[in-house]
Amino acid sequence: MFKHNCTLLALATVSLCVGALPAQAAVKVLATTPDWGALVTELGGDKVNVYTATSAFQDVHRVDAKPSLVARARTADLVVATGADLEIGWMPVLLQDSGNSKIQPGSPGYFEAAPLVHLLEVPSAVDRSMGDIHPLGNPHVTLDPRNIAIIARALAARLALVDSANAAYYAARGEDFQTRWQQANERWQARAAPLKGVGVVVIHRDQAYLCNWLGMKEIASIEPKPGVPPSAGYLAELVTKLAAAPPKMILRNAYNDPRAADWLAQRIHAPVVLLPYSVGGTPEAKDLFGLFDDTINRLLAALK
Amino acid sequence: MAKLTPIAGAIVFGCLLLPNVGQAATDDVAALRSELEALKTDYTARVQALEARIKQLESAVATAQLERPGATPGTPAPPAFPQPSPVAPPGKSGSATAFNPAISMILTGNYASLSQDPATYRVAGFIPPPSGEGPGARSFNLDESELTVASNVDPYFFGNVTAAIQGNNSIDIEEAYFKTIALNNGFTIKGGRFFSATGYLNEIHSHNWDFVDQPLVYQVFLGGQLAQDGAQIRWLAPTDYFIELGAEAGSGRSFPGTQRNSNSLASDALFVHLGGDVGDSTSWRLGASWLDAQSTRRAYDDVDQSGNALTNAFTGTSRTWIADGTLKWAPHGDPTYHQFKLQGEYMRRTESGQLAFDVTGRNLTGEYDSSQSGWYVQAAYEFMQRWRAGLRYDSMQSGTPSIGLVHLGLLPSTAFPSLASASPERTTIMVDWSLSEFSRLRAQYAWDDARATERDRQLLLQYILAMGAHGAHKF
Repeated sequence: MFKHNCTLLALATVSLCVGALPAQAAVKVLATTPDWGALVTELGGDKVNVYTATSAFQDVHRVDAKPSLVARARTADLVVATGADLEIGWMPVLLQDSGNSKIQPGSPGYFEAAPLVHLLEVPSAVDRSMGDIHPLGNPHVTLDPRNIAIIARALAARLALVDSANAAYYAARGEDFQTRWQQANERWQARAAPLKGVGVVVIHRDQAYLCNWLGMKEIASIEPKPGVPPSAGYLAELVTKLAAAPPKMILRNAYNDPRAADWLAQRIHAPVVLLPYSVGGTPEAKDLFGLFDDTINRLLAALK
Repeated sequence: MAKLTPIAGAIVFGCLLLPNVGQAATDDVAALRSELEALKTDYTARVQALEARIKQLESAVATAQLERPGATPGTPAPPAFPQPSPVAPPGKSGSATAFNPAISMILTGNYASLSQDPATYRVAGFIPPPSGEGPGARSFNLDESELTVASNVDPYFFGNVTAAIQGNNSIDIEEAYFKTIALNNGFTIKGGRFFSATGYLNEIHSHNWDFVDQPLVYQVFLGGQLAQDGAQIRWLAPTDYFIELGAEAGSGRSFPGTQRNSNSLASDALFVHLGGDVGDSTSWRLGASWLDAQSTRRAYDDVDQSGNALTNAFTGTSRTWIADGTLKWAPHGDPTYHQFKLQGEYMRRTESGQLAFDVTGRNLTGEYDSSQSGWYVQAAYEFMQRWRAGLRYDSMQSGTPSIGLVHLGLLPSTAFPSLASASPERTTIMVDWSLSEFSRLRAQYAWDDARATERDRQLLLQYILAMGAHGAHKF
């Protein structure tokens, strides 16, 4: 019996010690992707301390609920996630194991970006025979600057809610960001005009928002179904199909394996364009502005 | 001392649930005002976001209307890409079904070709667990069909039930627990029936194992997997490194304990987990656990020195130390194309108490003390997308237990053939192919020297299929 009492007493002591932790200076933010990390930095400046769970070289859908991420969830004041089931394989574990009620869904400390914007490719029926489709729609929403503007507005307000002492600061930075973003958006639209109507082949369906924004046409996808790698037979079929009406380019993200895209490029004589996809995916994509600048530069370069 | 237990419990709960009163008192009206301001800003932003969305939708509709008439002369639209349809997501339409929990069903089954009769399977040198030992039956086998229903209960609790419908038409409640989601400061409390957090593999469900079966040390020391009927508390340190401390108290109904007609706790555990990253490609976890279980007449079948079948029983204390380590590597942390996983666990168990010989016949009882250990190390490597190969080595050291009945000269040591000193080992190789995130086919071959006498060559072919809700898995 003595042993059981010791265990409980030890736990009681630990919990008493933890009750008196000091308040943190900066708002601790756990962002699921480098893009959300960059956006929080734009809006929060030095009032936030951002930790980004993934890099541009990771498929955010296939991430392990690593111990380091659980530790970050424990201390986070705000989680910024994409939502629409993109992080479904790991975020629930982080939230549940965090022992942190501030970041549970429904709390001010849990922010999802995708539900704020109009999602493309919302399936009218879902079945796993269709591959790993997302019932709520395509979650890869970042590559349309109009979406970023909408999400930034809501995120600035959320930062103000979580850290009300600095509400005015976030409001001012939010306005400043919107102004700069609007100007940049006009610049991108003008420069990207020649891309309208250009036919492209993608690997996964994560360029849907980019194509929708710039008016490019997704002719085909190297994955026959979302999340399903192509078979040799499917690739051969694709070559035949594309030989008749070849695309101008094949788009590949920094995190994609280059082999399938290179293989196809040799056969249909279209260039592979490496796109950063996320902040940090290329050396030029240092922040969100760089991400779009570099994406458009690379697309235009391939058009020549 | 016994009276302290409820008091200590009250302190723990009081500490967890009470808000920080002192701090609240010092907060002034200004904070409330600024919070209100922030709320206002939040709602203004939401309205603005909605307005922006309406504009975006309007322009999208306008563009679509503009484009449609002129779209015919060019190439026809490729059928590969279904256009977005402006319908509500399925399953979100009716309020009656909107709160349905996440439901998933795992189908598993195998084909087994075993060179030895599985009915004679026994890890030599150890008191066998009531179940969980051995590779299962020969030929085609329906393994468990695992039904999981999980959902948040309310803002305070998460609930999860996992029922394993066995191939022999029985149903086991593997886990049925609630877990708190409203506690702060890193605390989580779990209650009900749950897989103990001792060791690394113990908490992992069978469909997520890297091999068809458990390591020998899990089979022998924990009867496959230790499920507690009890309560667990975990505390996560507020550090960048992962540091987790936890304690469990249980009824002891599952091996190495037994169900006892007693109000006291009979299966207690303490554990600590550490974890972190090395660069952007490697992550690791280390753990140490201690389990103390009480048994009352824990029976096992054996034969005596003349080969007569009989039942012996152990009554006493079983203490197990476990050290575990896991390391995962993937290029830039992206396991899509390549991943390497290395894990190993060491367990040392001491049992002391009384061993009753032939409980239904001669019923002799004497002292029993053992100190036994075992370990495994295994690696799995995804060598190309969707394909993995694995290697596992198991080793057990039974030592020679001290048996009072033998020391006193009442029985010869050959009266306990199961407890004769042995060093069983096993080597296993595996290859598996995941056709998608939801299906996996596996082939496994083992050279199993668990029996003291003859080697068992085991070929197992297995399927694992997951239907329903997309599960999230622990590290």
